[in-house]
Amino acid sequence: MTDTAGPKISISGVRKVFSLKDEDFVALDHVDLDIADNEFVTVVGPSGCGKSTLMNILAGLEEPTAGEAFVAGTSVSGPGPDRGVIFQQYALFPWLTVRKNVEFGLKVAGVSKTERRERAEHFIEMVGLSQFADALPKMLSGGMKQRCAIARAYAVNPSILLMDEPFGALDALTRVKLQEQLLDTWSREQRTVVFITHDVDEAVFLANRVVVMAARPGRIYDVVDVNLPYPRTEDVRLSPEFTELRNRVWHSVYHQQSGNVAGTASH
Amino acid sequence: MSKRTRMYLYNAISIVAGIGIWWLLALSGLQLPTPPEVVEAAARMWSAGIIQEDVLASLQRVLIGFILGSAAAIPVGFLMGWYSIARGLFEPWIQFFRTIPPLALLPLVLVLLGIGEVPKVSVIFLAAFLACVISTFQGVVSVDRTLINAARVLGAKDGTIFARVVVPASTPFILVGMRVGLGSAWATLVAAELLAAQAGLGFRMQQAQIYYDLPTIFVSIVIIGVLGLVMDRLLLFAESRLTGWQERR
Ligand SMILES: Nc1ncnc2c1ncn2[C@@H]1O[C@H](COP(=O)(O)OP(=O)(O)OP(=O)(O)O)[C@@H](O)[C@H]1O
Ligand SMILES: [Mg+2]
Repeated sequence: MTDTAGPKISISGVRKVFSLKDEDFVALDHVDLDIADNEFVTVVGPSGCGKSTLMNILAGLEEPTAGEAFVAGTSVSGPGPDRGVIFQQYALFPWLTVRKNVEFGLKVAGVSKTERRERAEHFIEMVGLSQFADALPKMLSGGMKQRCAIARAYAVNPSILLMDEPFGALDALTRVKLQEQLLDTWSREQRTVVFITHDVDEAVFLANRVVVMAARPGRIYDVVDVNLPYPRTEDVRLSPEFTELRNRVWHSVYHQQSGNVAGTASH
Repeated sequence: MSKRTRMYLYNAISIVAGIGIWWLLALSGLQLPTPPEVVEAAARMWSAGIIQEDVLASLQRVLIGFILGSAAAIPVGFLMGWYSIARGLFEPWIQFFRTIPPLALLPLVLVLLGIGEVPKVSVIFLAAFLACVISTFQGVVSVDRTLINAARVLGAKDGTIFARVVVPASTPFILVGMRVGLGSAWATLVAAELLAAQAGLGFRMQQAQIYYDLPTIFVSIVIIGVLGLVMDRLLLFAESRLTGWQERR
């Protein structure tokens, strides 16, 4: 299944058109992007520029109108357990407890009950929800729901993580903690991560590369390489290089010239 | 006193006052039986075994019709929500029969099926079925897409998604449909028994009407109301147990 030669994820000429009542809406146009195995890519861009749409295409939940997405050399034709997804709207099953939510993917995969328990326990602890393992989602705050969704996606151990603003609803402290945990897991277990965020600091702090998107039509506007060393510590966050990159991305996001389409976005 | 006990107290006061007004009206020359007369009639009917026989006959009909109706409605509602073919095929008939009060079909059913248990049960079946099928269908089509997607990306296939996502997500709708269906079935049954039956609560009232036997009519009315209330509360209880996970309330 792994094609070590090529990129892990390859998006080529992707266009997505939503047919509305009286007009067609171009949500994505001419999107080309290659993501290497074990790369950490963050995606930033104004609201409505098609970030979630792009993620849905990679997840196999939405089909591109034109072009194609490849994962490990194979054209994406549906969802698969190789790609874990964290949705912008949490999407927890409200009738299941935190524990049962986290176990869902494992149960579907036929993992034995004791192993399921153990693995769920581990990830629930990682996101700090041990005390709420038997609570229903309605008892959780927004940030806690998001942490539960994260644990659920991690539990099935996918080689690719597609994360749509996963830390959006978290307080600053939990956010930093989970950012560090994510980087830690990523560097230990080597996953390919596509991480959508609207927070420029977060985008730069986490990524090997930041992809900046623009709206109308949704497209890749700029790609910024982040050559900062891992592990990313507090020192990195406070370094002048970080600030410089952050300013560059900020400028790309908030001072977009209309009609500027980045040529090729791949490495 | 807690809010709850105060509520119960008001309820009790209201019931006592209602019976008091009824009593006064009966004494003031209206052609009403007094509460003791009704209690006496109830005791007489009970020791003669009439109440038990009527309740059994009526409950049996309503439960058979209701259970069969709901049992048919749930799969049909799921099919309609899941497959557009099923929706296209069933929907015109459901919309059509929905506008007809089930009781209005009784003459037709009596002609076609005779005067046994079958015609009454089929009318109740229809009443329960129509109420339940529509809400089940609505439950299935309103299942949150992102929940289905979440299950899909976790590796679930259609069968699993159906059993573990669509069914639990539409349970609240199904239970609301069943409650409406039971209410409609009960009302339809009693009316059907007034028109064509040899036993049952409706039949008893119809007999009593011939002999101007008001206490018996009152006894039947009270039993119909109490049984309807008890059945509704049972379903409400099931609902709160099965759908307590919902965000609202
Ligand atoms: N199913 C759909 N039908 C019609 N239009 C859609 C659909 N899904 C998305 N769109 C449109 O496509 C555009 C991109 O949506 P998308 O959700 O991908 O944006 P986004 O970049 O994730 O925005 P946000 O940062 O607010 O989450 C939006 O203008 C949206 O209205
Ligand atoms: Mg989005």
